[in-house]
Amino acid sequence: MTDWTDIGALEDIPRRGARVVRTRLGCIAVFRTVDDEVFAVDDACPHKGGPLSEGIVHGRAVTCPLHNLVLRLDTGKAQGADEGAVATHPIVVEGGRILLDASGLRRGRVA
Amino acid sequence: MAKNLIVIGAGMASGRMLEHLLEDQAGDWNITLFNAEPRGNYNRLMLSPVLSGEKTYDEIVTHDAAWYERHGVTCRFGERVLRIDRDRRIVEGENGALPYDRLVIATGSNPFMIPLPGHDLEGVIPYRDLEDTERMMALENRPDARAVVIGGGLLGLEAAAGMKARGIDVTVVHVMGHLMERQLDEAAGYLLRKALEGRGIKVLTSANSKEILGRDGYVRALLLDDGTSIPCDLLVMAVGIRPNVALAQAAGLAVGRGIHVDDAMVTSDPSILAVGECVEHQGAVFGLVAPLYDQARVAAETLGERPANFVAKELATKLKVTGCDLFSAGDFAEGEGREDIVFRDPARGVYKRLVLEGERLVGAVMYGETGDGTWFHGLIQDRTDVSGMRETLIFGPAFQGGAPADPLAAVAALPADAEICGCNGVCKSRIVEAIRDGADTLSEVRARTKASASCGTCTGLVEQVMALTLGDDFQAPTVQPMCPCTPLTHMDVRRLIRSRGLKSMAAVMQECGWSTSCGCASCRPALNYYLLCDWPGEYRDDDQSRFVNERMHSNIQKDGTYSVVPRMWGGITTADELRAIADAADKYRVQTVKVTGGQRIDLLGVKKQDLPDIWADLNAAGMVSGQAYAKGLRTVKTCVGTDHCRFGTQDSTGLGIRMEKALWGAWTPAKVKMAVSGCPRNCAESTCKDVGVVCVDSGYVLHVGGAAGLHIRGTVILCTLKTEDEVLEHTAAVVQLYREEAAYLERMYKWLDNVGLEHVTERVVTDAESREALAARFYHAQRFMQTDPWAERTRPEYRRLYAPLADLTLEAAE
Ligand code: SRM
Ligand SMILES: Cc1cc2nc3c(=O)[nH]c(=O)nc-3n(C[C@H](O)[C@H](O)[C@H](O)COP(=O)(O)OP(=O)(O)OC[C@H]3O[C@@H](n4cnc5c(N)ncnc54)[C@H](O)[C@@H]3O)c2cc1C
Ligand code: SF4
Ligand code: FES
Repeated sequence: MTDWTDIGALEDIPRRGARVVRTRLGCIAVFRTVDDEVFAVDDACPHKGGPLSEGIVHGRAVTCPLHNLVLRLDTGKAQGADEGAVATHPIVVEGGRILLDASGLRRGRVA
Repeated sequence: MAKNLIVIGAGMASGRMLEHLLEDQAGDWNITLFNAEPRGNYNRLMLSPVLSGEKTYDEIVTHDAAWYERHGVTCRFGERVLRIDRDRRIVEGENGALPYDRLVIATGSNPFMIPLPGHDLEGVIPYRDLEDTERMMALENRPDARAVVIGGGLLGLEAAAGMKARGIDVTVVHVMGHLMERQLDEAAGYLLRKALEGRGIKVLTSANSKEILGRDGYVRALLLDDGTSIPCDLLVMAVGIRPNVALAQAAGLAVGRGIHVDDAMVTSDPSILAVGECVEHQGAVFGLVAPLYDQARVAAETLGERPANFVAKELATKLKVTGCDLFSAGDFAEGEGREDIVFRDPARGVYKRLVLEGERLVGAVMYGETGDGTWFHGLIQDRTDVSGMRETLIFGPAFQGGAPADPLAAVAALPADAEICGCNGVCKSRIVEAIRDGADTLSEVRARTKASASCGTCTGLVEQVMALTLGDDFQAPTVQPMCPCTPLTHMDVRRLIRSRGLKSMAAVMQECGWSTSCGCASCRPALNYYLLCDWPGEYRDDDQSRFVNERMHSNIQKDGTYSVVPRMWGGITTADELRAIADAADKYRVQTVKVTGGQRIDLLGVKKQDLPDIWADLNAAGMVSGQAYAKGLRTVKTCVGTDHCRFGTQDSTGLGIRMEKALWGAWTPAKVKMAVSGCPRNCAESTCKDVGVVCVDSGYVLHVGGAAGLHIRGTVILCTLKTEDEVLEHTAAVVQLYREEAAYLERMYKWLDNVGLEHVTERVVTDAESREALAARFYHAQRFMQTDPWAERTRPEYRRLYAPLADLTLEAAE
């Protein structure tokens, strides 16, 4: 079951930038592209865990700030000849608000 | 017996509906048409040509008094409907009530007015009807009239273009980064802006309106949140529309963003229909006229008890901002499995971008040449398989079916007098002649004919002429392009930025024919630097095009934490500064405190969200960012010099501090490090720095081009100088020359290898005028560069960017 959770306004993220959402299972990077699309992926590069939220965003891809691996934001897969992938999370924008599917992210909730 | 039909609103949608209705149901209805505006149906789209003076109001009336008369429509114009009583099936107008059998609501939409302070001043108007248009036209009669338009969308630009055509001074203020961002991508937005500015319209983007200022109840100026105030006699707000649902809502009909209708255009009350911008159909609301016409037809059928369904279609916008040729259709976001085909013709100001998904075209944006727009729109709507014509698709229908174009064949077909190089007016035959006379390299051709010697955009064409003339003997030079987005080199691009006056990233990408729509991680930081260097005070730094260290003003560590290095001018610190650093280290639980190789202190392992606070604390103690992350001035190391050392010949510490204070903040192609040693023993290691000073009895020896990193390079001596002031002037000049000439990421010694010491000596030492001019340009740029990024980023609007967007761990723990 999806659990759409309001995590903020689209305007809170700069275009071609990212912000982070903290979860019990680690940080998630939420990206906004130049065309106002929004994507969520784990904020840890498959190479050596670099914070993807700090990378340069171009088109629908981000370049990892530590060693320049290029990852697609929609699939989480490395681009070109590189290997590796990062988990993606369902996310939508409705009426200017960003909704993240938190269903998989609340494990560890204190009952 | 004829039934009573009441229509509320005489707009574009209801006008069309009445026409359909009267075609074959004329005898079935007693029609009464209410309209709040004191007139009947006219073509609202054509208000813009009325505004610009190309048409008169009479020419845009679609239904005149005779038409209503002929068709027996009772007109109650200038009369607002106040209430709908659904139980009694009565409509109450300002001049009395009337019963209906069927009712059609076509009340259109209301312009949205941003509730800025002062929005209710006299002279603040929307752009919706003839009255608004006339208010704008009236401005023409005032000498030196000025207008401001808030909103850089379709409507705002039409208002601006129309007023400008009447000679009114107009400024458009748009909150987004480029004009018409909903229909156009950045590149097309850039071309549109250029065209409007060419006509004298001022355009401000990324501009936030703060307040409307007035005098005696009348608008006087618009104030932006950066403090700019734009004087105006009229302020037009064109920022969007809201469906006009008030009547329907008060009558208890189902209403969301608009009045809910089903596929037959019937509202939640079976005897009431709605059409036009006031409706919401399957979650969608409407703002362009094409779908409204479909709704009008469906509503007429429904009234005639015939089944009909409204289907919303993929919309194309063929935009009619007077004199600008724009087209956009479909969806042009990038995506997995999506591919861009970009065509740019900088000389003619043409930009076309097609977005393909698999075998299908899903989006198209065009500027400057839109003749094929309808064809592309058709391909999108029909979901045509375009895989067979991929190669030539962007050239439009005329090119389909033929053999794919061979670029050489196209050049071969050019007549002898065809102009190849526009800048220098060189035609094909002159290039061919030069080649026949023995010019067999590009630089030879350049030297003899000047072709491609100025802006360089025709280099490819010149090479093709050479390939044709020389045949197999021609080898295209292997130049290293800047990145995969362009065949141009860094130097080509720098030259073009200056010679063509390109002042934004979108401008560079368009005028230099970039093959991608928004660049990549290697060209964007380089372009950002070039623009910043060449247009100080004009170009606005783009954070999103900076590598993380420069965006965050901190070095990122392998674990994602950051390091914080305050400046210590010339390596000098005080007990108070050290105490503040120690306090900060305790307060923010700094993992490691280290003395750097650059004579200052590094606080390592600070968490991102703590950065603004630790900076604020260090700022409060008088320290600023050491910019240990910057492609800019890092450190000026010094030794103790005459102050303490028995060998010291000059005040090396004092000079180092002066140099650091003069040069900090400057962005450079790669990092720049300096040092001043008090004597040739060289304790500050001046001879392996980008700029080093070695003091001697008679003055100062200025060294350049050293490094001790990946490559160890000793400096070369540039000159010997008498005074500190001379050292400062020469240093500023050499750094400026390097800033202007080097490729991004090229350290000073590499640039020196490329241009030669002689060139630098000539420009900086021998030619005093050149040196002064370089230094003056450097200090001019410093006026904009020397702001402490820490102080800037501890302000609230920046601060939030350092905090997580949301924290689901807290929520989970509840
Ligand atoms: C902190 C410091 C080491 C130290 O603990 O002493 C340091 C740390 C780093 N150096 Fe350095 N360099 C430091 C002095 C030097 C020096 C010595 C000097 O400045 O006198 C050199 C040799 C001199 C020179 O630059 O010519 C030096 C040559 C380099 C190089 C090679 C540059 C080159 O052109 O060959 C790099 C790599 C680069 O810049 O691409 C580098 C890159 C780095 C980076 C920024 C690596 C990175 O990209 O993340 C390190 C950042 C660590 C951090 O998170 O803070 N560091 N680095 C020194 C900071 C000085 C300061 O106060 O600002
Ligand atoms: C300057 C301008 C340029 C435009 N250019 C284009 C373009 O190039 N292409 C395009 O597709 N679209 C364009 N549009 C949009 C287009 O004009 C609208 O989509 C269209 O007019 C909407 O039609 P409508 O019938 O729903 O509403 P309207 O045409 O707005 O008609 C609604 C009418 O209802 C009346 N009314 C409202 N409430 C009441 C009431 N309570 N009692 C009585 N009467 C009432 C109003 O006075 C109004 O006359 C433009 C709009 C403007 C203002
Ligand atoms: S020498 Fe290497 S490891 Fe040490 S600080 Fe410099 S870059 Fe980092
Ligand atoms: S951690 Fe991302 S590329 Fe190395």
